[in-house]
Amino acid sequence: MKFEKVVLDNGLTIVGEINPNVHSVAFGFFVRTGARDETTGVSGVSHFLEHMVFKGTETRTAADVNRLFDEVGAKYNASTSEEITLYYAAILPEYFAETFALLADIMYPSLRDDDFNIEKNVILEEIGMYDDMPAFSAYEKLMESHFRGHPLSQSILGSVESIQALTADQMRQYHREHYLAGNITLAVAGNIEWSEVLDLANQHCQHWPAGQTERDITEATPTGGTIVIPKSGTVQEHVAQMSPAPPSASPLRFAAEILSVIVGDDSNSRLYWELIEPGDAEAAELGYNDYDGSGAFMTFLSCRPEDTARLLAKIGELYDDINQNGVTEAELEQAKNKVASRIVLRSERPMGRLSALGSNWVYRKQYRSVEDDLNTLHQLTTDDIAEMLKQYPLGQQSTVAIGPLESL
Amino acid sequence: MPEQTIVLHTMANGVTLIIEPMAAVQSAAVTLQLPAGVSHEAAGKNGTSALLGEMMLRGAGDLDSRGLSTALDNLGVHHSLSPGWFHLTLSAATVATRLPEALVLLTDIVRKPRFDADQFANCRIGREQILRSIEDEPKQKLMIELKRRCYAPPYNRPVEGSLKDLEGISLDDLSQHYQRCCVPQGAVIGIAGRVDPEQLIEQCEKLFGDWEGELPPPITELEPRDKSGHLDHESTQTHIGIAYPTVPVRHPDYYRAWAAVSILSGGMSSRLFTKVREERGLCYAIGASLNSLRDRARVLCYAGTTNERAQETLDVTLQELANYGDDVTESELSRCKARAKSSLIMQGESAMSRSGSLVRDWFHLGRITTLDEIRDRVDNLTVEEVREFAVNNTAQQFQVLTIGPEPLSCQGQVDLGALE
Repeated sequence: MKFEKVVLDNGLTIVGEINPNVHSVAFGFFVRTGARDETTGVSGVSHFLEHMVFKGTETRTAADVNRLFDEVGAKYNASTSEEITLYYAAILPEYFAETFALLADIMYPSLRDDDFNIEKNVILEEIGMYDDMPAFSAYEKLMESHFRGHPLSQSILGSVESIQALTADQMRQYHREHYLAGNITLAVAGNIEWSEVLDLANQHCQHWPAGQTERDITEATPTGGTIVIPKSGTVQEHVAQMSPAPPSASPLRFAAEILSVIVGDDSNSRLYWELIEPGDAEAAELGYNDYDGSGAFMTFLSCRPEDTARLLAKIGELYDDINQNGVTEAELEQAKNKVASRIVLRSERPMGRLSALGSNWVYRKQYRSVEDDLNTLHQLTTDDIAEMLKQYPLGQQSTVAIGPLESL
Repeated sequence: MPEQTIVLHTMANGVTLIIEPMAAVQSAAVTLQLPAGVSHEAAGKNGTSALLGEMMLRGAGDLDSRGLSTALDNLGVHHSLSPGWFHLTLSAATVATRLPEALVLLTDIVRKPRFDADQFANCRIGREQILRSIEDEPKQKLMIELKRRCYAPPYNRPVEGSLKDLEGISLDDLSQHYQRCCVPQGAVIGIAGRVDPEQLIEQCEKLFGDWEGELPPPITELEPRDKSGHLDHESTQTHIGIAYPTVPVRHPDYYRAWAAVSILSGGMSSRLFTKVREERGLCYAIGASLNSLRDRARVLCYAGTTNERAQETLDVTLQELANYGDDVTESELSRCKARAKSSLIMQGESAMSRSGSLVRDWFHLGRITTLDEIRDRVDNLTVEEVREFAVNNTAQQFQVLTIGPEPLSCQGQVDLGALE
């Protein structure tokens, strides 16, 4: 494996992890823009734009784009988060050049009115689909309430109203302002010659507009609160909770990550033994979400409505215990073994490396090999976790519950 | 295609061991299938198989539930035990150097589950929670109910179990199901990754060689079944499921059937995606897949769409299915081949997907197809063959099921001829 990096004149950063021992190559454009970068009038535009990118350019229709990707057998897609819009493809090395040309080309799409109007319906359907998933709805509402007053509260999908009101002109303006080469990182992982990557990038990306947008990354200071959303026809109560955690650039993030495995992994964690093993809950998990400048521990619980208050109190006690007494050496050792194996398994495929390669660069301007990750993991101590907990104790500051209950 | 070696070893007691060494990976993956899926459950006890899978992970050999989890984690073994319509499947993966120790634990899970009574009570309550949660996910519920309507019992039993049967399942039932179905005859172990086949055969002989038991009795097919076409749910979208017959993996026409579905729904230039989503914006999620049991198969389609557009979505989708066949183009088939080629090569990069394929092939075909062979079969497909298959196998009757606030005009058994 070899790491490579270059910055084009217009500010586009290219990072590569070249591995001749695999059979495919994955690449992606990580655009540093997402829901948090939207102004209130255009809520949902980043995600809608992600769909519109595949509608083509002056020389390619939407059908052309779909057809061309399929002709080379690309595994391709895109995703939008609060902070990053990612366009990626995994392909066989012999098709790299044409797939690269295609994906690079559509990054600057025509955004035609008729495509915009049809795709608007698809976005509204996507909003409807998530509306029928209580766990996802709880997450959306929680982001909105926990980060209220902070850009991270802004919805990725937008609302039915904001999407209906959005115009193609607003989207064009958003694209002009945010799709600047300095906001974009190209990451490439797998079996490809670095020189080929450079040639293609020079050929297809050099004319992209230079520039970079600023993002206010002041750490959020959530005030907490509880929202209960009764939903008729539901059977289980779906509860999501958040409390502050280390931001993405913080060195404390490794401790936060391993702690979330010890406390809230879906098997053999504290929450598992306390709530899942006895059959009290269908799901009880703790995750660590890191963002630019902020972070959140997120608890998720799904259980019988009548057990909700009791189980939330039980989780609270468990968190108090962790905050006071930390975790045991044995727990840490076990979690390290589990995570180390996860890292190795995930890294075997280029697609598995792409997201780590791109995110490390976008968030931290850093390359971390699989060995770096394993070494950091190996060196973590229970003291590191205690240190992190002093600053970011586990908590249940903000709560959103969706289900049969009227109140908690 | 990457070079492939496949080693097959049959033990005296009937256990089949299939090994594929992979030089380019660091990991090893194991897929172990036991003929203990839902079709083998006793009547009125749907959920036995799912409960058995959970109980097998809650203590085995000398280790109690916590001891077993800890031992697996310390070896970095990612694992799951999932019930299927025919099998109970234990899947596990870890770094290859840990495989020999991991195999000892996996063997205990299969051969020496503890079946502690208090664990069983917890397991059953936990299963009830899982089944209740499915009630809150209309899409998931739709696909379970669609299968219930398009296959005959016992092939149509939900692999997750049923709330109505759960209460009546005892630890005794579980234990009987285990005795009857978790046996070496019919057990298949697929292992792929950075492994030495000779050493593995030797170790597996030690671990499984003295295991005894006869194949469970054959499944008796029963009369169908619920044909109703709509389930009320206070959802934002109407979730539409459509099923129609196709051929199973073992059928000589399977690759044609596979290509026909792939052209309908593989990739974003596929028929359904283009006609229903891209051109009309009727839905976000739409797709079709080939669901193959041993001797029968269905194409299962799904579309999720807001209620006011649901009727149009269903009509357009059925029209597409009805008119599909003799209009398949050369370029559609060539895209289908390109996607297959890259999927196959990427599969060759992953020990986990290879070990899964080994046991699936064995079950469906009684032999292993190499990636090269699959590629040849796909490459040799002609447009005429796919067209002919699609035309001759265009279903006259679809099973249509919807979940949402209002029923749609076509539901239950829908006759294609009546639509045209």
